[in-house]
Amino acid sequence: MPGKRTIWFFAGLLLLFYGVVILSAGLWEIRFPPVHPPMLFELHAPIWWGALLAVLGAVFIYRNNGRQQ
Amino acid sequence: MVPSSPFLRPSAAAMCAMPFSASAKPHLIYLSPVDAIIIVAYFAFVIFIGFYVRKSSKTVSDFFMAGREMTAWIAGLSFISANLGSLELMGWAGSAYQYGLLAVHAYWIGAIPAMLFLGIVMMPFYYISRTHSVPGYLHLRFGNSARAFSAVTFALMTTLMSGINMYSMALVMKVVLGWDLNLSIWLSSIVVAGYVALGGLRSAIYNEILQFVLIWAGALLIPILGMIEVGGWSNLRRQIETNLGRSDYMHMWSGLGHFNQNPMGVHWTGVVFGWGFVLAFGYFTTDFLVIQRALSARSLRAARMAPIIGAGFKMMVPAIVILPGLLALSVLPFHLLPEGAALATGGHSYNEVLPLMLVRYCGPGLIGLGVTALIAGFMAGMAGNVSAFSTVWTEDIYRAFINRGARDGHYVAMGRWCTVVGVLISVGTAYLVQHSASIMDYALQLFSFFMAPLFGTVLLGMLWKRATDAGGFWGLLAGTGTSIGLWVWVERAPSALRYVALSSDAKGMAENMYRALWAWIVCVVVTIVVSLLTTPRPTSQLAGLVFGETEMPAAEHAEWYERPLFWAASIFVIFIALNIIFW
Repeated sequence: MPGKRTIWFFAGLLLLFYGVVILSAGLWEIRFPPVHPPMLFELHAPIWWGALLAVLGAVFIYRNNGRQQ
Repeated sequence: MVPSSPFLRPSAAAMCAMPFSASAKPHLIYLSPVDAIIIVAYFAFVIFIGFYVRKSSKTVSDFFMAGREMTAWIAGLSFISANLGSLELMGWAGSAYQYGLLAVHAYWIGAIPAMLFLGIVMMPFYYISRTHSVPGYLHLRFGNSARAFSAVTFALMTTLMSGINMYSMALVMKVVLGWDLNLSIWLSSIVVAGYVALGGLRSAIYNEILQFVLIWAGALLIPILGMIEVGGWSNLRRQIETNLGRSDYMHMWSGLGHFNQNPMGVHWTGVVFGWGFVLAFGYFTTDFLVIQRALSARSLRAARMAPIIGAGFKMMVPAIVILPGLLALSVLPFHLLPEGAALATGGHSYNEVLPLMLVRYCGPGLIGLGVTALIAGFMAGMAGNVSAFSTVWTEDIYRAFINRGARDGHYVAMGRWCTVVGVLISVGTAYLVQHSASIMDYALQLFSFFMAPLFGTVLLGMLWKRATDAGGFWGLLAGTGTSIGLWVWVERAPSALRYVALSSDAKGMAENMYRALWAWIVCVVVTIVVSLLTTPRPTSQLAGLVFGETEMPAAEHAEWYERPLFWAASIFVIFIALNIIFW
């Protein structure tokens, strides 16, 4: 019977998904800036925060890609 | 009328500018499709985890103890995640706005020493005795009477606490997102009941890991952006002192010399002995909700490391909970109000501080992540209570007193059904607590009723060989009775608070701390007196249960940097340093 993946793999999957979605939303905001932007909009937090989550997620997935018995 | 602000997003700004009317109050956040995708993905993921681990949760050990195979990190993060419920996130952020830096005591003196004590001193007894629960330990040490009393009060407390979590979540979803109260309560109940009933403790623990990651991913951005806006800690401190015209909001200890020299109205003795000792030790060393996570560890070393790892992260939680509350004191252009005043005037309450800061800094996507972090916190707390309830009901009430000799599968089925029933009772409780004046008070009352005396009983049971079965039971009963009696006394005659808290300047928060302290003292005194008057067990029956009669396993071949004592000492040194820095 094949083993199970660790929870860190799934945590990575979730982080990667959220990172990509948030990064995409941030890029969209640069192209189409909101009418009422939040404070510190000029820092473009969704881009670097989304990128950070995506990278972390990818690292988690890469390091925990195996199955355990 | 609260002035409208250019610093808020339109929804919040519009709300602030509205005439005060509770019924006309719009919600804080309007979700974009991106936010909706993030929230729906979270719900789908937690249910998927339940199905994924279902096949490996077939025996009693699998379902109730997660097979006792968790690593120290998983057990430790799960330990802290189960503790990061709604009160932790929303309640203490609001308390930081209300009381300033004093609210950090909830995370440092009110948690760290107790968690380290659990890991170093108490966990070996829980783990070596191979008990499945805290009432199970009382059964081994003090017999069936203490176990029955403790199991029933614990089952009562967990369902009440789970209801509090559920109601808090529904309330936040209503205020923040405009969701119907009933929809939130039933949706969260069905999801939690689903994944806990499917995979038992393993499913709850795995989801708690995801929830832990999400809470940090969703909440950490607020203090980062907030500190950039105010220009660092020194500026934040200066602005708060200027805005409030007083400096006691930014100190943890220097204002605790007298009840009326700090915004919380407490004395350092209440903080140290009532909060830091009895309430914190009572909660972290005897509340099975968190102990169960450590007991799922694969070895004694992992079980001891679990609360120590948890303590390390607990020490960092003020960054995502307390700091946003303090930042709000500096940057929000209006004042937040107590819940009652906010309802009456249509203003914002203290409890809304986290969503207000979220909406201030975050746009589509990040708002969804922030809201998911809040939902994850609520669900972690709720699932923790439900899985602990399921274990105690099945193992310490049903199996112990109702049906002893059934096969494994029967108890697992009972655990699954019990999860569903526990959630339904919690739903009932969620509707009941709507009539409670303060959710935080309600929770602290429950802790002082049940946890404070239980800590006295367990501590004497582990450290004093002479403690007898009768002493344990009557001490527990007397302590619980004292706590409830003191509460009734102050409810009927509020002026009695001066006797309970030993000062006429004491305020409400002091009552909980001193009530817990008295309950613990009465429990300990009665246990000692009754034990000295009754016959102790032969020492041969105390092996593995009491200090001096328990043979610790030979030290595992671990390097010095892998030993629990090294990490506990390191964390304790940082804890002392932080208290001095923010004195």
